[in-house]
Amino acid sequence: MTTQDTTGTGATRSPVVPPQPRRDRLALASAGVSFRAKVALVWIAIFAVLGFLFWSASFDNGWIGEHIGFIARGLIFTLIMAAGGIVLAITLALIGALGRLSRNPVAYGVSGFYTSFFRGTPLIVQLFLFYLAMPRTAQNLVDKFPNSLPTTFDDFFTWSAFQVGIVVLGLNYGAYMTEIFRAGIQSVSHGQGEAADALGMSYRQKLRRVILPQALRVVIPPTGNEFIAMMKDTALISILGQGIESMELFRRAQLLGNADVRPTEALVTAAALYWALTAVFTFFQSRLEHRMSKGYVRTVAGGPRARQRGKAIVPGAGGGEAYGAPAGSVMDAPDEEIGVTGHTHAGGLRPADPVEEDPS
Amino acid sequence: MSSGRQGPVVRVEGLHKSFGHIEVLKGIDMEVDEGEVVVIFGRSGSGKSTLLRCINFLEEPSEGTIEVSGLRIEGGHRIHSKREQIRKLRSHCGMVFQQFNLFPHMTTLGNVMEGPVTVKGVEEMQARALAMEMLGKVGLSDKADEYPIRLSGGQQQRVAIARALAMEPDVMMFDEPTSALDPELIGEVLGVMKALAMEMHTTMMVVTHEMGFAREVATRMAFFHEGRILEEGTPDQIFSHTRSPETRTFLDAVL
Repeated sequence: MTTQDTTGTGATRSPVVPPQPRRDRLALASAGVSFRAKVALVWIAIFAVLGFLFWSASFDNGWIGEHIGFIARGLIFTLIMAAGGIVLAITLALIGALGRLSRNPVAYGVSGFYTSFFRGTPLIVQLFLFYLAMPRTAQNLVDKFPNSLPTTFDDFFTWSAFQVGIVVLGLNYGAYMTEIFRAGIQSVSHGQGEAADALGMSYRQKLRRVILPQALRVVIPPTGNEFIAMMKDTALISILGQGIESMELFRRAQLLGNADVRPTEALVTAAALYWALTAVFTFFQSRLEHRMSKGYVRTVAGGPRARQRGKAIVPGAGGGEAYGAPAGSVMDAPDEEIGVTGHTHAGGLRPADPVEEDPS
Repeated sequence: MSSGRQGPVVRVEGLHKSFGHIEVLKGIDMEVDEGEVVVIFGRSGSGKSTLLRCINFLEEPSEGTIEVSGLRIEGGHRIHSKREQIRKLRSHCGMVFQQFNLFPHMTTLGNVMEGPVTVKGVEEMQARALAMEMLGKVGLSDKADEYPIRLSGGQQQRVAIARALAMEPDVMMFDEPTSALDPELIGEVLGVMKALAMEMHTTMMVVTHEMGFAREVATRMAFFHEGRILEEGTPDQIFSHTRSPETRTFLDAVL
């Protein structure tokens, strides 16, 4: 760091107060402001810039105000699709993970094929396979074996875009989540299974009472992420073109925007709604994660969360997934940032301040 | 605990166990009668823990027969129909592990109730009373609602003992129960074990290096050496009239 000695000779004569680089002075001057407040300021600044762009672009705000309700109603279908998809995905992931951990060749083989195929092909290709190729295949089968297959056979495999959306999202995410669940189950220590065995529990009882509750704790945060990702991927279903009665958010935005020649406004509205939706779920996810830590964190006066974050401020403490974002940013700071905190530390300022001020 | 039954509580016949090419147990025959406290000792890797783990089939015996409370099971391949029998046998054996292995997502009380409720189908209220009684026996009634992480190692191991006792087993097996504990916590666990042996006449098999405990509590001791029982006898015979030089060397090293 270069020294900017703007005060001339004064600073060199009194070495007790060394000249400070501008960055250090900034760090010292804002020392009293909490980390959270600083982050809030950054967000406000970003929103100010976005607001300015929004205003300058002279969007048709009247149009947005008029139609946001219609577009937002698509959230219901987005949510139903994502909820159905995640339920299916969790079920498949659990079965898949048990299959991958099984020594039964059928279970292992089938789950291996499942994860290989659904992770090995693009989601959008799978959507078209189920929407277009599957009913066609069923039709051809009926034509080929008219005597052995019922005539309604192909009807059974002809699904609406909405149904295809739920099933394909579930299958695709389930394949990825199989790995998450497998890792979660394997993260439970071997001794836990042995303790359950030694009590005389059956495989089922062991899973339900001992292994899964513990695996769940590890699996919930990434599953939450998958759900949030899936809510956004429901937008892909718009390509299949749903009927008016079950249009999800993006399809509504596209149709309406194109019809009224307001595509930009429609896109911005859709993006804002998706974002709001995921923000809400991210909040709930962090709450759930907190609740799941029961029995794993020694509760201290500040509550488990304060304790977890407190852990993370000790460099090298390795607090696992309990890191709060602020603590992580302190630790992950590039070299020159550490230089700053190191300096301020000598000046009586603790680098961990933002974390310790955390009122929760 | 079970009374009026004929024969020993545990009978091991011709037990062999190999892991891959390494034969850990090379033919063990052993009987444990009701009320006996058998201390199994020897160098690490001599097969002591493997013996306990074979008795409740946490390890499948390569060869030989295990009998607990009259329930005989042959070693070898684990076939489907054997699983039920193994589960039944396990519910007669209490097992205490070196690493405690308490269920971290359950309270102390929940840990102790788990076996009776899930495995035996005991009613909740009844199991609760039973669990409280067991926690009382290990002196931890006041910790019933704590999660294991908030207990010391010694307390956790005592809960683990209560958890095993709650199944009302015919034999309690301890696999190095104090090896993972800080020195100052060993006494409380040994104290509980001693009370089980002396006051409740629990049938026990204990793998341990605590020779003071063995001298005081054991009715019989068995020295394991390279997968075989090299010497067996009362504590007095083992300590004062040691026969084999290997036993002597080991005792000199640990005493």
